[in-house]
Amino acid sequence: MPVKVAEEWLNSCSGCEIAILNLGETLLEVLPHLEFVHIPVLMDHKYFGQTGEGDIHHIDIPKATVGIITGGIRNQEHLEIAEAMRQACDVIIALGTCATHGGIPALINQWRNEELFDRYYRGSETTDAQATPSDPVLPACLDRSYALDEKIKVDIYLPGCPPHPDWIGETILALLEGRAPQLPMKSVCDTCPTIKTGKGNLRHLNRFLRNAHYDPSKPVSEMHCLLEQGLPCMGPVTRGGCAGKNGEAPRCILARVPCQGCFGPVQQQGNQLLDYLNALASNQVDIRSIPEKSTLLEFSGAHGLLRPKAARGR
Amino acid sequence: MAQTTIEVGAEQTMTHGAPHRRVINIQPITRIEGHARIAITLDEQGNVADTRFNIMSLRGFEKFIEGKPAEEVPKIVNRICGICPWMHHTASNKAVDGCFNAQVPPTGWKLRELMQVMAQINDKILHFFFLAAPDFVLGAGADYKVRNVLGIVQAAPELATQVVKMRQMGQMMIEKFAGKVIHPIVVVPGGFAKPMREDERQEMLAKSREQLEFARFCIDFAKKNIFANLDEATLKLGEIRTGFLGTVKPEDGSLTLFDGVLRLMKPDGSYQDFTYQQYVDFLGEHIEDWSYCKFPYARTWNEGFSMDLKQPKGIYRVNTLARLNVCDRINTPYAQAELEEFRARFGRPAQSTMLYHWARLIELVYACERVIELLEDETITDPHVRNEVTPQAGRGIGCVEAPRGTLIHDYSTDDNGCISRANLIVGTTHNVAPMNMSIRAAADAVIHKGVITEEALNKVEMAVRCYDP
Repeated sequence: MPVKVAEEWLNSCSGCEIAILNLGETLLEVLPHLEFVHIPVLMDHKYFGQTGEGDIHHIDIPKATVGIITGGIRNQEHLEIAEAMRQACDVIIALGTCATHGGIPALINQWRNEELFDRYYRGSETTDAQATPSDPVLPACLDRSYALDEKIKVDIYLPGCPPHPDWIGETILALLEGRAPQLPMKSVCDTCPTIKTGKGNLRHLNRFLRNAHYDPSKPVSEMHCLLEQGLPCMGPVTRGGCAGKNGEAPRCILARVPCQGCFGPVQQQGNQLLDYLNALASNQVDIRSIPEKSTLLEFSGAHGLLRPKAARGR
Repeated sequence: MAQTTIEVGAEQTMTHGAPHRRVINIQPITRIEGHARIAITLDEQGNVADTRFNIMSLRGFEKFIEGKPAEEVPKIVNRICGICPWMHHTASNKAVDGCFNAQVPPTGWKLRELMQVMAQINDKILHFFFLAAPDFVLGAGADYKVRNVLGIVQAAPELATQVVKMRQMGQMMIEKFAGKVIHPIVVVPGGFAKPMREDERQEMLAKSREQLEFARFCIDFAKKNIFANLDEATLKLGEIRTGFLGTVKPEDGSLTLFDGVLRLMKPDGSYQDFTYQQYVDFLGEHIEDWSYCKFPYARTWNEGFSMDLKQPKGIYRVNTLARLNVCDRINTPYAQAELEEFRARFGRPAQSTMLYHWARLIELVYACERVIELLEDETITDPHVRNEVTPQAGRGIGCVEAPRGTLIHDYSTDDNGCISRANLIVGTTHNVAPMNMSIRAAADAVIHKGVITEEALNKVEMAVRCYDP
């Protein structure tokens, strides 16, 4: 019997759905064991009946064993869909950093909704200024952007922006086999092959305005650690695994670019900003050399970590 | 500035909870990216009184990149779209270059175009086969449980395997070289973060030639098995008459996806070219109370904004059909031959909405040919790929042609090189008004006397899917 799967996207970009498709031929192998009952990106199952005249107060999602949700919760519709998914599914997987920690869209938590609307509908050169759209059909924005587990119970956390297809495959296989998935729990630094001297000569960080020093004809394992080169690498405070099971190096490092932090904190409950400032300060690095500190929470600003400016002073 | 008129329809649309009008909700719209719904309101006779295409969410990138160090922003805004992150990544870097007055070395520029065009290849394969083709291969009226890519895997396993393999090869080519294929980081202000080695160039060139073979197979397959079988009603589905916007090379008006001048064409085929910096003089954004998304229109035409089907005002379209309409030619041989055949048959500008699919496959051929051209140039392995940049106050406007249309990133920075203001117009947004109109046209054609079938509603969605929103 194939396992029934439902999939939904909330406050997200569809990158996680593309990551699922990037399973490629592995996807073709597991497909016969899965029965998708609801997945808007690929399949035309509707919330209110296939001819569109069902009860609009009841989102219909068929019963499924596994529910995959990408994206955080930003408005009333996201909330209703998340609740309907929780009711319909035995196991909920929070797929991607938006679902697990808010992700990039939770950067909006630094502003109040009115500030966003003023900027968007009344604050651009090209826009014919108008009142904020308020037709009742539009789902009202919540006060901020939430990670999934702030609103519904989550069973499996699979962070990443996007998660590596290897871990999506591992999670699906584990569920098919009735075991817990084996997911990476170390930091990016712990999985990074670059050369670290650990001499602690670093006193301040530089912005990434020129390329790192390295010999492009040599592998990443012969490049000096980007953080020790003074570049703002988030590796020490970021969950590893972005390279997949057999990758040569973390994916940003492979591009010779400092880690952006996209898998969120190493521990599910961690705080990338505090952990990073602590790590720098305990190594005598001047934390004033970071130009803008909220950027350190650009993937993990839900759970109340990023707040509107006025509230932050309190 | 033009006086904007609003003539969306005489009647107030009834939405959720309207007791005395039948409202059909197509929700969510599926096999597209993101959250939208269609509401079709019927009159007393059961014919279409009004339709609306509601965009249901707003994330607010223009607001939340304020204050961020500009060099970080190209790695943030790629999250606008997980299907086309390379488009935002490259346009954003061009805008930051402008703010910082950066001089990009020629090879940095070539590598940027290479990545941006390679990403288009995978995107077009994804849209045509995974999202659009089920309606044609399995039929618009097939059971929804079958009418999807999984149904294609069942019905045509060899074709499906080939499609999955070729798309996967394309994705992994990018990932292997650039680190990340979804939400890239390798393009940087001032250029590119790493040079290409000769062995990498050779390997990518060989695979790109395979991609071109496949692209030519795809368009032949589609012409023979899909486009040849389209009946008149399907060809006319969602047809509207609009202007078009796209990017062309300034020297010869040829198609480009990466860099050039913008060309805005009127429905009669006359056009004006303008630079990225002039976009605010040519384009405006209108707001309706029932959509979070704004409605760009041609401000420069001085006729206001109206989505009236008989007399639209200010409406232009973007994306594949628009680009093929505005360009004078395509400078790669196979794509140019396809364009000539297309143009001989449908004229210029072609208005049939269904032709977006055909145009998409012609662009697929162009993208493969262009990638080969870029990789055949041995100077692409030059190690000088980035110049150092200096954070400073400035303004930069960066554009590319995304699969879904002209993409505009306009940033200003403060003295620390942090974003003080941003204005974005993204590909699909330009097509929001046209999609509203195509939905109305399609609904009028398939809904009569209160008879609602799943097939009819799917046909309304097919009109939307042409735009690949």
